[in-house]
Amino acid sequence: MKEVLRRYGPGLTAAIVALCAFWVVMLIVLPQLLMIDFSLRPSLPPAKLGGPEDVYTARNYVTLWNNTIHRSIFLQTIWASTLVTAITFAVCYPVAYFMAQVARPKSLPLLILLLVIPFWINELLRTFAWYIILAFNGPLNLALVWLGLLDQPVRLLGSPAGVIVGMVYVYILFMVFPLYNAIESLDRNQIEAARDLGSGWLRIHRRIVIPHAKPGIAVGCIMTFMLAAGSYAVPALLGGPSSRWFTEIIYNWFFEGGNWNQGAAYAFILLVLCVGFILLMMRIFKVGLTDVAK
Amino acid sequence: MSQDIELDHVTMRFGALTAVSDVHLTIPAGEFFSFLGPSGCGKTTILRMISGFMEPTSGVIRIGGKDMSGIGPNKRPTALIFQNLALFPLMTVAENIGFGLEVRGIASADRRRRVKELLDLVALPDTADKKVTELSGGQRQRIAIARALAVEPAVLLLDEPLSALDLKLRQHMRSELRDIQKRTGVTFIYITHDQGEALTMSDRIGVMSRGVLCQVGDGRSIYDDPASAFVASFVGETNRFTGRVIAAAGGRAAIDTPAGKMVGRNPRDLREGDEAILFVRPERMQPADGAADHNIVESPVSHQEFEGAFVNVFLEPVQGRTIVVQTTNADTGNSNGSGTPWQPGTTARITFRPEDAVVLPQSEDVS
Amino acid sequence: MTADRIRSSLVTAYMVLFFGYLFLPLIIMTAATFNTSRFPTVAPWMGFTLDWFTVLWNDRAMWTALWTSFLIGVGVIVLAVPIGLSAALLLYRLHSKARTVLYAVMVSPLLTPGVIIGISTLVFWDRWLDVKGGIFLTVIAQSSFIAAYAMLLFMARLQRFDLTLEEAALDLGASHLQVFRRITLPYLMPAILSAAFIAFLQSFENYNTTIFVRGLDTTLTVYIASKVRTGLTPAVNALSVIMIGLTILGAFIYEIARRRDAARQESVKRRAIQADMALAGAE
Repeated sequence: MKEVLRRYGPGLTAAIVALCAFWVVMLIVLPQLLMIDFSLRPSLPPAKLGGPEDVYTARNYVTLWNNTIHRSIFLQTIWASTLVTAITFAVCYPVAYFMAQVARPKSLPLLILLLVIPFWINELLRTFAWYIILAFNGPLNLALVWLGLLDQPVRLLGSPAGVIVGMVYVYILFMVFPLYNAIESLDRNQIEAARDLGSGWLRIHRRIVIPHAKPGIAVGCIMTFMLAAGSYAVPALLGGPSSRWFTEIIYNWFFEGGNWNQGAAYAFILLVLCVGFILLMMRIFKVGLTDVAK
Repeated sequence: MSQDIELDHVTMRFGALTAVSDVHLTIPAGEFFSFLGPSGCGKTTILRMISGFMEPTSGVIRIGGKDMSGIGPNKRPTALIFQNLALFPLMTVAENIGFGLEVRGIASADRRRRVKELLDLVALPDTADKKVTELSGGQRQRIAIARALAVEPAVLLLDEPLSALDLKLRQHMRSELRDIQKRTGVTFIYITHDQGEALTMSDRIGVMSRGVLCQVGDGRSIYDDPASAFVASFVGETNRFTGRVIAAAGGRAAIDTPAGKMVGRNPRDLREGDEAILFVRPERMQPADGAADHNIVESPVSHQEFEGAFVNVFLEPVQGRTIVVQTTNADTGNSNGSGTPWQPGTTARITFRPEDAVVLPQSEDVS
Repeated sequence: MTADRIRSSLVTAYMVLFFGYLFLPLIIMTAATFNTSRFPTVAPWMGFTLDWFTVLWNDRAMWTALWTSFLIGVGVIVLAVPIGLSAALLLYRLHSKARTVLYAVMVSPLLTPGVIIGISTLVFWDRWLDVKGGIFLTVIAQSSFIAAYAMLLFMARLQRFDLTLEEAALDLGASHLQVFRRITLPYLMPAILSAAFIAFLQSFENYNTTIFVRGLDTTLTVYIASKVRTGLTPAVNALSVIMIGLTILGAFIYEIARRRDAARQESVKRRAIQADMALAGAE
């Protein structure tokens, strides 16, 4: 800290420290801590705050366990998010591999540009684009009927399938880039050498490429899962009664149920889920925190 | 107005490491003083303490008699020429030179005038509006000096400024710097590991090793009267003979070495039984004629190195050290040295006068 | 090798399919804007029209939402960019364990789901500081993670900053404020512009966090989402198309600016080396 003072002088250092402190304390740490604190208190009208009923309780958390609907939605969210992650990975891996190892260096900037452009577009708008496609009389249904794969249009909107497909579309780029970066750092000669020694392409991927790309896979999966589990827009637009998402329940606690404490508890559960997933991925892929920090 | 600098028992410690140890020295106003030493000897640290980027762990630095403790680099009457010059890349030459004046609120007309004066001083009159990135290394060097002189410092500090230049340029810049110093009269404190630079440019030199100021003096006294084994071997080329003192009297000491008895000056007043090294410069060695019981070295000639005006003759190692004799071109005769005592393969017999050699304690040897 | 040939053509086909998959929904959505059908779709095609743009133009609620989004975006720039800059400057000089911890805390909002950020901000500021949801709170909530983006941008730029330039300026007598204004800030200016641009964009398109802290105000994204559920017409498409068009334009400008800046750095470096070689010989 003395070094900072020496470099910037007292006035500037004070300004810098003040801004950082404001950010860290008022915008990051306190909100999180107090959300947790809030989640442990019962929901009370203003008059009763600070009174005898204002005690710490785990009641809000127990609610999730007891409420079968909420519980099943929570589990469904986890399951669907995992599915989204897996599908996204499967779809992205060939693309990332192609760009990292197979594509000619000349065409690479163009390919990256083509990937980056949709990435800049708003998540909501891209979800909306799928909304149109998945509509009952929309292009997808019509195409499938026309191809003879369906007898009549299927209600895709409002189904879990619709939500999952939409999420894959929206979050796909968060998987491509980490994968691409990881695979790109692999020395092409290793693959050549393996092929030279007679290894089939499946083994090459399994034994050489994937182990090398582990940090990228971990990052991609973490980002995709967290975005999916914490997504609000996609299930709100593409989902329906049979495919409700956990975030929707949280939202309802705040703005329809009026029980912020309950909502805070559910939110914290979601946070724990995400952190847990991060730790799980780090354990499975044996990557450290520094690798994940991009 | 140039001022003198006082380093009053200055020490700098970084945790367990002592970078500068009890340096006590006064540099009078107007002097060109160099700190000479190998990397890591503490000379850069001293420079940063004088300029104000570091505060000494103990001791006081005074400039013009005024205690500089706690005074930041922007308030000291010093200007520093950085090793990488640190010219502002987004500014032109004129803006760089005028920067110190600008931050002091000097009007732009006055600034322009001063910039022009300085550019004339460093012989770069037409570069005012060029971007510094368009200049060569030597030109950038001079702009850095002009920029520092613009703020009329009492002391100019130079951090190995010539190390990035090639040989010819370096030699040219040496005389330039000396010239500028004489004309402006500013106290120059120069740090370098190149003894040639230190010897040619400085009024006085401070030789440093591992944070300690080993010797301070002008070039000749450092060269001819080294105060320690380190100074003797660091500055210039030298031959050395290691042994134990067997006699000491009248300012002379005799040591017994595997190569024979050697006698030299005894400035450190060594006694019988002390471990010592005798140093003698290659150019002080001569062919031996006649017999003597001391200061005789016999060894076969290994090869010669032709350096233009003089020739270095290398003899086979004595006590593990190659002996070097420096002699003029004339004395080595024609190109293969035939007909002289320096023919490769023949055994040379050389000697030197005791007053040309110096006996110093072995304990201060750091090689 | 025919097996190889088959495989490589399969891969190429896959790549084409993939990029098609990425762009097709956007193309369809754009096409639907021009279809006279009341429900946005491309089939059945009922005739080309630009009417929906007119409908959009006349939609007062849309303009209000646009203005709200704009205000919030500007607010986020004003708050997040200085914060990000301060954090980068601070971390740049710290070298202790404290630095790693601080860095982790500052980057954590980027890894936190948007809804959590919105919720925690709402609970803290509403219940503890009595600041209700609205434009101000939205700026606060969004800034908490957008400042982290800004910080990362600044840290990258500071990496290549020559510290001795600041020292030289100090040594020449400049006060700390002067050093900052004349040396550090000009160097950081490209990063400041980048950060402001990114901050605005991130703020403009944010939804998950905004819905919790918006109070009674409506941003453009909130407006679109609500229209999709109630009262969906191709006017919404029109709005989306315009937004996408502007985004792509913005992306292009940003990329081109970035590439030009990188190229300029390269040529400056090259010219300096050439000057050295040419003039050193002449001396």
